[in-house]
Amino acid sequence: MSEIPILKIGDCLLVSIQVDMHDRLAMALQDDLTQRIVADRARGVMIDISALEIVDSFIGRMLNNIAAMSRVLDAVTVVVGMRPAVAITLVELGLALTGVRTALNVDKGLAMIRSIIDSSENADAHRDR
Amino acid sequence: MLIETGETMPLRNSDDVVRVRQAVRARAIAAGFSLVDQTKIVTAASEVGRNTVDYGGGGTLRIELLRDGRRTGVRLTFTDQGPGIADIAKAMTDGYTTGGGLGLGLSGAKRLSNEFAITSTPGIGTVVTLARWK
Repeated sequence: MSEIPILKIGDCLLVSIQVDMHDRLAMALQDDLTQRIVADRARGVMIDISALEIVDSFIGRMLNNIAAMSRVLDAVTVVVGMRPAVAITLVELGLALTGVRTALNVDKGLAMIRSIIDSSENADAHRDR
Repeated sequence: MLIETGETMPLRNSDDVVRVRQAVRARAIAAGFSLVDQTKIVTAASEVGRNTVDYGGGGTLRIELLRDGRRTGVRLTFTDQGPGIADIAKAMTDGYTTGGGLGLGLSGAKRLSNEFAITSTPGIGTVVTLARWK
């Protein structure tokens, strides 16, 4: 178990990272989230990083991994709330976070997850007909 | 160039890397860095500090507040007595890693710094020095 709480809202999981993460904590969160996606049959994962003062290559890799694993488990991950200074530094560091969907804030992130889930369900319904 | 203050911190594990990030942030604020510049040097410190722990087997960080005329800066010196880096040019290449990382640590830290130097002797250890000016 990591020390970072994972909240369930409907078919989505919400994580708000409020602590300066050491590497083991980042790994634990990655494992916990993957377990919870399956256990809770989650379709969406939202990670709020608005409290994070830096995102280095290790945390960036964790975000990439969570997005990739959730995709394999048929869930959508959206990272929200990145600070402007963090975004500028990330790009200069050389970390593009390709494969990670981002939104400005929690509201926009939830709307993004909703629309992606709905459109994939519509596509499924269309195929079944 | 004047060294106004300095402190040395241990770097043995990932908790120390978190403490180093906080200490570097405090020095960057003392040097009058903008939020973006603070974030850049703290991120660089996190990358190199992790290397010191993961590849160097642990070591130390010396943080110094610099003054050069009207300029202020922060200089970080990471020292370990680890196995050393045989091919520094290769280690500085984007995407090159001997561990499980992304291989952005050293090359990324260099891009985030105004000055960057690395010396390493196999079997003796590695010293990475980086500085950022306001």
